[in-house]
Amino acid sequence: MENLIALLVAAPLLGAAVLLCGGRRLDRAGHWIGTVLAAASFVVGVVLFTDMLGKGAEDRALHQKLFSWIPVEGFQADVAFQLDQLSMTFVLLITGVGTLIHIYSIGYMEHDERRRRFFGYLNLFLAAMLILVIADNYLLLYVGWEGVGLASYLLIGFWQHKPSAATAAKKAFLVNRVGDMGLSIAIMLMFTTFGTFAFGPVLEATGETSEGKLTAIGLMLLLAACGKSAQVPLQSWLGDAMEGPTPVSALIHAATMVTAGVYLIVRSGAIFNAAPDAQLVVVVVGAVTLLFGAIVGCAKDDIKKALAGSTMSQIGYMILAAGLGPIGYVFAIMHLVTHGFFKAGLFLGAGSVMHGMNDEVDMRKYGGLRKFMPVTFVTFGLGYLAIIGFPGLSGFFSKDKIIEAAFAKGGTEGWILGAVTLLGAAITAFYMTRVMLMTFFGEKRWQPDAGGHEPHPHESPKSMTIPMIVLAFGSVFAGGFFSIGDRFLHWLEPVTGHDHGHAPVSATTVTAATMVVLVIGVAIAWAMYGRRPVPAVAPRGSLLTRAARRDLLQDDFNHVVLVRGGEHLTRSLVYVDHTLVDGVVNGTAASMGGLSGRLRKLQNGYARSYAVSMFGGAAVLIAATLLMRAV
Amino acid sequence: MSFPLLTATAALPAIGAIATAAVPAARRTAAKWLALAVSLATLVLAGIVFARFEPGGDRYQLTESHAWIKDFGVRYELGVDGIGVALLALTALLIPFVILAGWHDADPLETNSSRWRPTQGFFALILMVEAMVILSFTATDVFLFYILFEAMLIPMYFLIGGFGDRAHAGSDENAAAQRSYAAVKFLLYNLAGGLIMLAAVIGLYVVAGSFSLSEIAEARANGSLDMATSTERWLFLGFFFAFAVKAPLWPLHTWLPNAMGEATTPVAVLITAVVDKVGTFAMLRFCLQLFPEASKWATPVILVLALISIVYGALLAVGQRDIKRLIAYASISHFGFIVLGIFAMTSQGQSGATLYMVNHGISTAALMLVAGFLITRRGSRLIADYGGVQKVAPVLAGTFLIGGLATLSLPGLAPFVSEFLVLVGAFSAYPVAGIIATVGIVLAALYVLVLYQRTMTGPVREGIGSMPDLKVRELAVALPLIALLIFLGVFPKPLTEVVNPAVQHTMHDVQKKDPQPEVEAAK
Amino acid sequence: MNPVNYLYLAALLFTIGASGVLIRRNAIVVFMCIELMLNACNLTLVAFSRMHGNLDGQIIAFFTMVVAAAEVVIGLAIIVSLFRSRHSASVDDASLMKL
Repeated sequence: MENLIALLVAAPLLGAAVLLCGGRRLDRAGHWIGTVLAAASFVVGVVLFTDMLGKGAEDRALHQKLFSWIPVEGFQADVAFQLDQLSMTFVLLITGVGTLIHIYSIGYMEHDERRRRFFGYLNLFLAAMLILVIADNYLLLYVGWEGVGLASYLLIGFWQHKPSAATAAKKAFLVNRVGDMGLSIAIMLMFTTFGTFAFGPVLEATGETSEGKLTAIGLMLLLAACGKSAQVPLQSWLGDAMEGPTPVSALIHAATMVTAGVYLIVRSGAIFNAAPDAQLVVVVVGAVTLLFGAIVGCAKDDIKKALAGSTMSQIGYMILAAGLGPIGYVFAIMHLVTHGFFKAGLFLGAGSVMHGMNDEVDMRKYGGLRKFMPVTFVTFGLGYLAIIGFPGLSGFFSKDKIIEAAFAKGGTEGWILGAVTLLGAAITAFYMTRVMLMTFFGEKRWQPDAGGHEPHPHESPKSMTIPMIVLAFGSVFAGGFFSIGDRFLHWLEPVTGHDHGHAPVSATTVTAATMVVLVIGVAIAWAMYGRRPVPAVAPRGSLLTRAARRDLLQDDFNHVVLVRGGEHLTRSLVYVDHTLVDGVVNGTAASMGGLSGRLRKLQNGYARSYAVSMFGGAAVLIAATLLMRAV
Repeated sequence: MSFPLLTATAALPAIGAIATAAVPAARRTAAKWLALAVSLATLVLAGIVFARFEPGGDRYQLTESHAWIKDFGVRYELGVDGIGVALLALTALLIPFVILAGWHDADPLETNSSRWRPTQGFFALILMVEAMVILSFTATDVFLFYILFEAMLIPMYFLIGGFGDRAHAGSDENAAAQRSYAAVKFLLYNLAGGLIMLAAVIGLYVVAGSFSLSEIAEARANGSLDMATSTERWLFLGFFFAFAVKAPLWPLHTWLPNAMGEATTPVAVLITAVVDKVGTFAMLRFCLQLFPEASKWATPVILVLALISIVYGALLAVGQRDIKRLIAYASISHFGFIVLGIFAMTSQGQSGATLYMVNHGISTAALMLVAGFLITRRGSRLIADYGGVQKVAPVLAGTFLIGGLATLSLPGLAPFVSEFLVLVGAFSAYPVAGIIATVGIVLAALYVLVLYQRTMTGPVREGIGSMPDLKVRELAVALPLIALLIFLGVFPKPLTEVVNPAVQHTMHDVQKKDPQPEVEAAK
Repeated sequence: MNPVNYLYLAALLFTIGASGVLIRRNAIVVFMCIELMLNACNLTLVAFSRMHGNLDGQIIAFFTMVVAAAEVVIGLAIIVSLFRSRHSASVDDASLMKL
């Protein structure tokens, strides 16, 4: 069975290689090759999963060592895989949702002449993401980590002729690199502390070193997670990343890649458990992002950016849960999986809407679409109900657990976190209802574009609706399936550990409170966007709204401090290099030249002046001789 | 007496150079093929050297030794250790690509100029440089090395000054003036370094009474040669200065952007990927081995200079408007990493630095040569003249991107392995230096992606629309290099196997041990 | 007569010659001044020869005369050709030998 693990990665990697090197002659079959190989990887995943289910909880983990990668004295990096329950969960999510989105893309990208390449990139992403989750050491994880960053870069900038897309891609990669810096420093710290960076030895040896070291490692891992998972302060790239094709937003920027940070923290649980300070920072980052993303999501009129804000906020929930320690690890992953279903579904729905609306993304130009796109409406609606936590649907179970876990943290901290998560739930209900109402309800608000083409909203083709339906199923039933009998808890507990904490309030009270804030959020949204018509041009809005539209001024800050400051720095350095460093050398040469210019003047061509110097010289010589004699 | 393999490897391109130069003026194409054939044959010989080299064997293998100038004890001594053999292989590997990429760079401007000879000269000079570089990687006699180190400047001077980049913004006269400025600057910088080294070489002979690397090192090891601390430091500085100019290390770097900007792209690759490596190689071989104490004494200052090079080079690369100068500054940043790895004095750092030399050679060659294809097509080196190339010439853009990704050390490509090793090596000995160096990773992403974005993406600019994609000759240059980058990124073991034992010898020379991991140290 | 007086005379002649070389511009006069300096030297040589009672100084004086004669031949030829091309015998006009 172990030997199958490499196949998981090999299939999509082969796809990427074939599609990207194959050239034009594969244009007609390219999307099928990509989809089939993604599906093949999913099948391998399922086979491994069923095999794993047949074993006892303790010996489910599989290991496969392929070859020794970088062997230098004490530094031994292997290409080796580890497939335990945690990795398995991700493998199924990645390959499953990935395959669905491949199918969806067949329809979505049908009219794009570079569709083959798109599928090549998607396959590359799958391969890198799988390496990330099944690596058995941090360095190999780093390979996947940067690999998904590359795939994300290529896919965000897929429509490279648009300067905005190219800029967004670059921004995503750069911000992620800052996070990667954290990961590489963390790995170096592990190496100097433990002499290794393989999961097993590092996580077992956490007791043998000081808390300070572990806190440093934890904070660096958190920095990495912030970059990849778009958490404050490295969140700014996610909104811009929506420049990419919608299937990309669904797969990479909602369901899988952006959750890699959660994976990293849960995987490194042993380090965080032993470093409470680092955990506290994780929780704070999660809580801040949770609110940050939600507030941004409330103000955006671009449907994808509103969903991006939501993604950020939901990942904030997961990071928060992961920061709670053993109380929250399982629930972080559970929310991650259910979120993968409903957020991917929502994005695919948004893509379907855009597909029917000439790629219009402004929700103020939608309205009343439920009549034109029934399937999209229903699947999007189910995703909506799931994300706001409507009782019985996936989000209800997973988010509720996180809120409970936040309270269970205990003490003042628990109360604050609980309050934040509840507030987040209310805002989630608000902005998602807003998206729903602006898109599918009310009057139609679209107009002919500049070229006189009026959009003719229509339902998308089968290849697009079927994945949406499948994901809607997941959105509805996954949470219940996981929660009934604590199936998910028992599945993951052997890897992550679990602790019930000390809940100050009963689970029922928390659920009731969640329901109350849910109703309040939906009601406010209804009052603002459902009861009266939505203006086609955005009103000026309050100060907060305006700030939220601009991503709470984060980009302005970045622009002023980093971009402008950086430009000034490089420009002045170019100047310094030219004038100072080079100037010293050129100056030496110039002063030599000047000196010889002066000396040249002595050579004036008059025989008399040469004669004077001759006589002068003779006189000096004679004087010197006489002087020497006298002495 | 066995077959002198190393001499043969160096002699073949030297003889080839003479033969190429002697080809009649009208038969330019024959000269090109001859040069290519010679460089490929040299590659085969280098492959044999690599294969015959036994990683676990003696420190110096395939040794040759003949008396040369008896009065001064100068000997013609050759031998390779793991570091030398890796760089020898790199040199022999890159030259065919350099020749292939420069196929038309020295063609006559008018078609019917039957008496045009520079074409032959261009390829002959490249082969001459190859011969000298190979010899300098194998020389184990200090004087012999010095001669080659200096003699290399002559063909390089003519390659830079005589064959400029034809894509130039100003007038022809302006171009010629800048070119000769660059060539003279290159020569003066390196001569200045070389002369100081000459003084140190003589000083070493006065102190040690021998030029033989192995003899001096042995005498130092068993205590029969005792150098005063200050003498050792002065001699070290004399050697180091020359190598730091060549490497180049901040603030002795300013000749590189000029030289790389004005030279044709193949020559620019020759400078940064091959010739400059002699500098960093010599730091490992001569500075550390001959003057271990002084090397340790100078480490703090050198590490600071290396860190400045890393950050400063990267920042300046961001600010460049000329593609080739951008790559030149990126190289300065990378040389900072190499020096950081060497003077971190840990196994990881030094193995990483050696791998870095090889990988940087390949990745810069890939990026620079593809950039050269791009520049030839448009006739301009300014980034602002490009845009949207990706849409017109996707293969060119793709290879350029992979070259760029290698330059920013993406995992999976060869430079990542070496860069991470250098970082780990530096971090385990000097944590702060390691952390500062990681800033270089972010900046590398910045300059590479800005370059890619401005040239390749966006709307198609004027003058780009009819740009042809890569041709067969150009693909023959780009694809093998990319394949190699991927192979060495995934499976660097063939190189690490060869390099590691040599690095252990050097670590032994400087009497340093790797810092123990904290957990083990506690036990 | 005290031989030192000859030396004083020679020094005087030499000084006159040297100042003439430095001050005058006419090539012929400069030339004659050079001759004057040479003859001053001859005078010292002969005077010393007489003082020391050997012939060395006188022999060298003959050499000087021969060299001076040769010099006159070449020097005058140069002056004549210079005059032909420049229509002037001033040494300052021939100032092309400079950088």
